[in-house]
Formats: sequence, structure tokens, C-alpha cells
Amino acid sequence: MASTPSRTPPPKTNRIGLTVLDYRGGKTTLCAGCGHNAISERIIDAMYEMGVPPERVIKPSGIGCSSKSPAYFMSRSHSFNAVHGRMPSVATGAVLANRRLIALGVSGDGDTASIGIGQFVHLMRRNLPIIYIIEDNGVYGLTKGQFSATADLGSKLKTGVINDLPPIDTCAMAITLGATFVGRSFSGDKKQLHSMLKAAIAHNGTVMLDVVSPCVTFNDHEGSTKSYKYMKDHEEPLQDISFVPAFEEINVEYDPGATVEVTMHDGSHLRLRKLEEDYDPTDKINAIKRLGEAHDKNEVLTGVFYVNTQAPNFIEMLNITDEPLATLPESVTRPGREVLEKAMEELR
Amino acid sequence: MATTDVAPHQATGGVQPKRVVNNMSLQVATVNGSGSQSSNTVLLRSIFQMGVPVSGKNLFPSNIAGLPTWYTIRANKDGYIARKKEIDFVIAMNPETAQEDVMSLDPGAVVLYDEPLNLSKLRNDLIFYSVPYDKLVAPVCPEAKLRKLVRNMIYVGVVARLLEIDMAEVEKAIRKQFAKKVKAANLNMAAVQAGFDYAAASLTKQDPYFIQRMDKTRGKIIVDGNSAAALGCMFAGVTVVTWYPITPSSSLVETLIDYLKEHRIGPDGKATFAVVQAEDELAAIGMVVGAGWAGARSMTATAGPGISLMSEFGGLAYYAEVPGVIWDIQRVGPSTGLPTRTSQGDILSTAFLSHGDTKHILLIPNSVAECFSMAQDAFNLAEQFQTLVFVMSDLDLGMNNWMSDPFEYPTTPIKRGKVLTKEDLDRLGGFARYKDVDGDGIGYRTLPGTDHPAAAYFTRGTGHNEKSQYSERPDDFEHNMERINRKFETARSFVPRPELISNAKTKVGIIAYGTSHWAILESRDQLRKEYNIEADYLRIRAYPFTREVHEFIEQHDRVYVVEQNRDAQMLSLLKLDVRPELVTRLRSIAHIHGLPLDARSVTDELISMEGK
Repeated sequence: MASTPSRTPPPKTNRIGLTVLDYRGGKTTLCAGCGHNAISERIIDAMYEMGVPPERVIKPSGIGCSSKSPAYFMSRSHSFNAVHGRMPSVATGAVLANRRLIALGVSGDGDTASIGIGQFVHLMRRNLPIIYIIEDNGVYGLTKGQFSATADLGSKLKTGVINDLPPIDTCAMAITLGATFVGRSFSGDKKQLHSMLKAAIAHNGTVMLDVVSPCVTFNDHEGSTKSYKYMKDHEEPLQDISFVPAFEEINVEYDPGATVEVTMHDGSHLRLRKLEEDYDPTDKINAIKRLGEAHDKNEVLTGVFYVNTQAPNFIEMLNITDEPLATLPESVTRPGREVLEKAMEELR
Repeated sequence: MATTDVAPHQATGGVQPKRVVNNMSLQVATVNGSGSQSSNTVLLRSIFQMGVPVSGKNLFPSNIAGLPTWYTIRANKDGYIARKKEIDFVIAMNPETAQEDVMSLDPGAVVLYDEPLNLSKLRNDLIFYSVPYDKLVAPVCPEAKLRKLVRNMIYVGVVARLLEIDMAEVEKAIRKQFAKKVKAANLNMAAVQAGFDYAAASLTKQDPYFIQRMDKTRGKIIVDGNSAAALGCMFAGVTVVTWYPITPSSSLVETLIDYLKEHRIGPDGKATFAVVQAEDELAAIGMVVGAGWAGARSMTATAGPGISLMSEFGGLAYYAEVPGVIWDIQRVGPSTGLPTRTSQGDILSTAFLSHGDTKHILLIPNSVAECFSMAQDAFNLAEQFQTLVFVMSDLDLGMNNWMSDPFEYPTTPIKRGKVLTKEDLDRLGGFARYKDVDGDGIGYRTLPGTDHPAAAYFTRGTGHNEKSQYSERPDDFEHNMERINRKFETARSFVPRPELISNAKTKVGIIAYGTSHWAILESRDQLRKEYNIEADYLRIRAYPFTREVHEFIEQHDRVYVVEQNRDAQMLSLLKLDVRPELVTRLRSIAHIHGLPLDARSVTDELISMEGK
């Protein structure tokens, strides 16, 4: 009997010839079952599928469990685990220095909505090209389970403490302030988060994604509004989201009456199949209204709430030259002798 | 006579009273927001154009309009440009302060006052001139709402007549001041002329003060320290500037923006720089750190309160080893009160800014020329040592006008430090970010975006090993801390060396830094002439201290450390650095009044401490 020689098929590669392994990071040290690990996986998949060169990506983060997670994906990208609540400024500086970088900022609900709310607010205003992900579990994990400012009114800590303050809705804030791609997802909603991340990579401007990501150790119990169970019962998707990258042929027809198609900056297509009549993701005021209604109904609304593909980003507003500022040669950054002589003459 | 440090010149002929030529301090007392800044600048420039060394110091309130402000102009043939304590000639324009301004003068001083203030009745040991400003301004300025501004130009004309300042120089200064605004220049010139004519017709010269042409300002420029720093940063190749407005640093960035817009737009019409007004100083320094990490020449400018807010990032940058330049235009301490007054009060807190073991490189300019040159040093050192560099200017230097020789075009190329490129990585195969390959404590870094699979590293604060992998191991932490300290030790040989003046190896030495320099120069002459004391002088220009600082202390029995703060901050740093047996040689002369340091205060205190 002739045996067929066993043959290892060549590893699957993306459009720039990298395997998914090239997008992996270090071994996670977060708790088993932590929502953040699922988000890291989705980031790896999205970056791989979009064929993003990992060397062009930077992963700035703040402080907290969420902000540790950049160590667990994309080791071929520079990472900066900065100070608590200040990731936006570090990311801004880096993108100013090199406009070709693709910034993927990772923050948490404490890092964003409490200590970092000031920098968050001003980052959203500037429409810096960045993907800003809040890994949102409603508690401080690294300091063992205190409430954060996104915890819902009436939600309960493991110790029995009830939260008596209203939550900050980071999505409503981001829309009000000027972010141009705002959505909410759930670490357990693989398909939705995957599509949203791919669209985020294609967007030119500030993407703000609040991803509910249960903390299995401190906030996954009965009475929590950020637990796996609560999300299963209360998640209310606004749309069915699919994404067609610019480099792929569009071969699936869709019903324009039931689907909003958004053409992204790079020519790719974000398809939002409406689960609600008349939801228009370009209508800022309605988006905020809908978020408020969901809140009143104890729904966790997910999906792409707002998108604006036309607004100039911060780099364009500043009219920064095409070459990265970081590596401009001295011949460009140091004016000639005659400029100094003229300046001296004016001061005589 | 108020001046005690220079003998009056005896005129030949014997009929005239003593003449005091090119040696006086004038003080203009006005209300802020009244446009007196233009008049004072014109007066300053006119004297400068006469070739007489001159300095101007604006003593202003933390207010936009309506509070008292004083402007002091000192003309001195010997080149002393520190603030002079005694006022020889007051121009009293502010009814609120006029009485106090007059009562605080030494006998023999001159008062030029607004007629309705009727000040001459206050004292009989002063020389008084009165000017009816309102009567004079009406005919030259028909537009009533401009009169408040033009009125101040009248005293320029009166003073020009009394001190014999050439009116052609005054006109030249006015044309420069109002540059392209010909109408404004004409209007102001008419006001000056009205003052001049009034003085010629109605005032009889009684005072001894004169300005006479000299040749001591030829080729020199007049500029404030913040503008000089701005120019310096542009020629240092700054690419990312972030800031939050705070007196007295705002004008540094505002001037820099003007210069960058004029000279740093590329052929594509796009900016070769980015400037961001941040939401606060925390964000400003965060952006500096992010940009420095990604390879830009990044900077911010601030003052003490901003430095405090930058503290946490200061530590992160120190540990993560990220370059950046921070200008601290020092002023008096927290909150409301004296934020518009000068100080050297941030030395100690900035040297150790942040938490954990931190030591930062400080550069300390004393002049506008050093604001320019140290901008180059600061960026080069920051990138060489992969750390923050603080330039410790102050309000007196930053916001006042100073004479200077023209700045020299940088002679050394821009140095970007140890950065590995894709080609380097192709050759090396990889690198260890925090490994001391060269024995100087400085590792090699890569910039984000470097197109090589081995380029990336993970940046964080304390917990990392040589390969920038996460580590909480005691030995990794200890080795890293020792290596970072080696960088600091290496920096001792690279920071600007001190300026050593007259090392005659006498018993008495003076150490000072920054703007105190100008008072020290004058004080040394006072000590020599009045007390026969020779004092050597060393001006510190940087922290960490270089070898010369230690040698200077070793060579002198008593070393007076002069500074503009309460707690002898530089002296405290010296104590930590010198051999223990030398500590007792250090003595503090510290001043905290918020005014620029004057020579007489230094001389008096030193003499008292010398027991003479």
C-alpha cells in the first residue's frame, strides 16, 4: 500500500506576507477568562486580516490591567506603558512626531473616565488619528475591585457596596466632543468587535471604542452590570456589522433599504445592517439621544453610534509636512545662516 | 546724590555744577495697560543708540489694566546692567503711587511729575520738574480716545531734553517701535516733540544727569531672553512644541510660533514642526515625552507651577529614558500674588523632580546669548543622554530686554544620539534597549516606525531588564538604576562648564548662577574699591556639577553662594556633591524679594558675613 507523504501546508499569510503569529504578543498574565484577553485576540485578528505592518503600529497605554495588555499582542510594534490617565498625551506626541504611525491606544474605564478624563476629553476634540480602546469593566482591577466612573448606578461590588453615582457614558461624551468614529462593543461579541476593529483601522481620525470587558475576579457576580451574564441578558446591538476592506472585492449584495453603507477614507466599506428603523450613524444629536434612551431602559446598546469620514484629522489641521517630523534632516530643521543674520539685524 | 558707587565727573570751567554722565537709573511709575511699555522701550533704545550701555526692567503686577507698574532703566558707562537699588530719576505718572514713589527717594533725586499731582510740596531735598501732560497732549492728539496712550510719549521728549538725548535717536527708536505703522509713529513723534519743546521753553535744568554719546553698544542687539530662547530652539531644529500658557513663559512659545511660521515652512507649503496648546501642563509634558520617544526634538516651556504638574512624567521620562527639553522661566511661587516677579526658586525641586530616585540635567543661562546657545545644548544633551533636560531661565532674563552681542550661528551639527536604524538592525540582528554597550551608561534605542521585525521594544517605567522585558527581579532593578546613574556621571563631562572669573586664588570665593551674574560682576568691583577685598567668582552653568566647581570650593576658604531664593537651593545641591570637609566652607547669600538682584545687597551681606 502506497502511503502519501505527509505534507505541511504552507502557513496562511496575509496580503503583506505575514502569518498571524507575526501579530502575537507575550503570554498574558491577566486572569483566565478576563475580557481583555479576548480583545487582544480580536486586535491580532483584525490587524492580521487588514495586513497592517506591525512595525508601523504603536501601542501607547495608561496604567491598569487594560493598559498592561499591549504586552500580550503585537510584539513587533513599539509599546509605551505610560502613566495613569495620560495615554492620550503620549499618543498625541508620538503621532505628531511621526504621522505615519498607526496609533492603537489602550486604556481602561478608570484610566479614562476618572484620572484620565481631562486628557480623554481633549483628545476627542482634536480628532487625532488614533484608535482609542477602553477595556471597560467598571472596576479597578489592579487595586482589587474599587468602583470606577463607568459603573452603573445601583451596581453592586463583591463586598456588597452599592454604587450610588451615575455612570459616565464615554461614547456619548466622545460624540459630543468631536470624535469621528464612536462605538461600543462587548469582549464576548467576537464577530461584532472584529468588524468594528477592522473599520477602526480604516478610519482617518479618532476612533473611540468602549468595549465592555468583564473582570472575572472583581466584577462578574450577581448584581454587577458589567458581568458576562448581565451582558448576555442586556446587550442590545444596534446593527449587524460587516466590513469589506478596500483590497477585497465586494461580492455580497445588500439591501440599501435595510443597510447603511459607509465608505471609509481608504475606500473600504463598513456595512451596518439596521436592526432598528431609521438609525442614521451620521446624526450626532440622535446618537446621543438613543444612548440616553438605552440607558433609561437598562439596555447596553452596542454598535457603531456615530461616524464621520469627512472631518480633517489633527495632523491635517496642523498642516504638518508629509515626512515624519522625527527624522527630518538638519537641512530642513535648521534654517540657514542668513535667517539668523536677518533676525539679528531686526534686533539691532 | 543717590549714587554712591561712582565718583561724579567734575566739569572743566568751574562754573557748572557737577555733571553725572551716563550713570543713572530712571524709574517710570505708571498704571499697567496705559501704553507706557512703548514709551519706555523708545527711551531705552534711544540711550542704547547713543552707545551707552543700558538695561530695562519691567516690574509689573499680575493684572491686565489698572494696577501700578514700574519700569527701571539703568544707563551705565561701565557696563553695569544689574538692577540698581537706588533710583536717581523718577517719572511719576501714577497718582496712586506717586507719594510713596517720592517719599522713598534718596535726597538729591529727581522727580518728573504730572502737574496736577502737585508733588513738589512733599519734600524740599529733591529736584522737581512738573509737566502739564493733559494740556500738552490735546493739541497733538485730536482723537480723545488715543490720548491715554500718546500721553506717555510726552515724558520721553521731556527726558530727552533734560538728559540731552539726541532727538534724532529718539525718532529712530520710534520708527523702529511702530515699524510699519507710519501714522502711529508720526503721532507719537509729535507727542515726543511737544514734551521736548515744553521742557526747552519752561523747565530749567537743575539736575546733574546727562546722557552723552559713547561707543559701547556698537553692533549689539537688544532682545528679551524668551525671544532669544525661541530663536535658539528654532535653530536647534525643534519639531514638536507643546505648551500651556503661564507667565512668564508664554512669550517664549508665542515668539517661537512666529519664528517657525516665518522660517520653517517647507517647499511643499507645509510645516516642518507641530505646535499644540495643550489642555494643561500634564498634557504638555506627556506630548513632549510621546514625541521624544517617537524621535522628535520636542519641548515645552513653563514656570514653577507647571513644573510641579510635570513631576510624574518627569520621573517616567527619567526611568523610561526619553529625551525632551523643558524651559522653566522661574518666577515667585504658587498661585496669586507675585507670579510676575522673578525668582530662582525651582532649582532644588527640578533637580530631583518626581518620585523614586531621580536626578535631572539642568542648564542655567545668565544672558540672552546663553538662552540661544543653551537651546542647542539642551536638545543635543537630551538626545545624547535620552533624558529630560531643564533649562532654568527666570522672569528677569525671560521677559526683560537685554543688550547682547549678536548670536553666533551654531557651529556643531545637530546630534541625535544613539538611535539604531533599519540598516543597523540588519547588520546587528537585534539589540538590547537598556544594555550599557559603550560603558557610558547610555543604551541604544530605536524609533517607532523603524521597518525591522526586531526594532520594537516595550517601554515602561521601572520594571524592565536590559532587553526591556518585564522584570521585577531585584538584580535587574538594581543594575538598571546603577546604569542610569552612570549616565548622570557621564553627563558631568558633557554639560556646559562653569564660567570662572579671575581665579586669583584669594580666600574669598563667590558662586552664583543665572541672572545673579550681573549683580555679582558689579559687587566684585564694589568689594575691591570700597573694601579692598578680591573675590574670585565661579558661575555655575549646569547641574550635574563639573570638576571645576569642586576645585573652586577646594581653592577657597569661604565660598559665598549667591542665589534668588530663600532656602539656599544651589548650596544644598553643592552640599550633596562636595567632599564632606568642604561643606563648612559654603555660606549662603540668598534673596527672596521678587526683584532682580542688585549688587549693593550682595556687597552689604558679604561684608557683614566677613565681619567687616
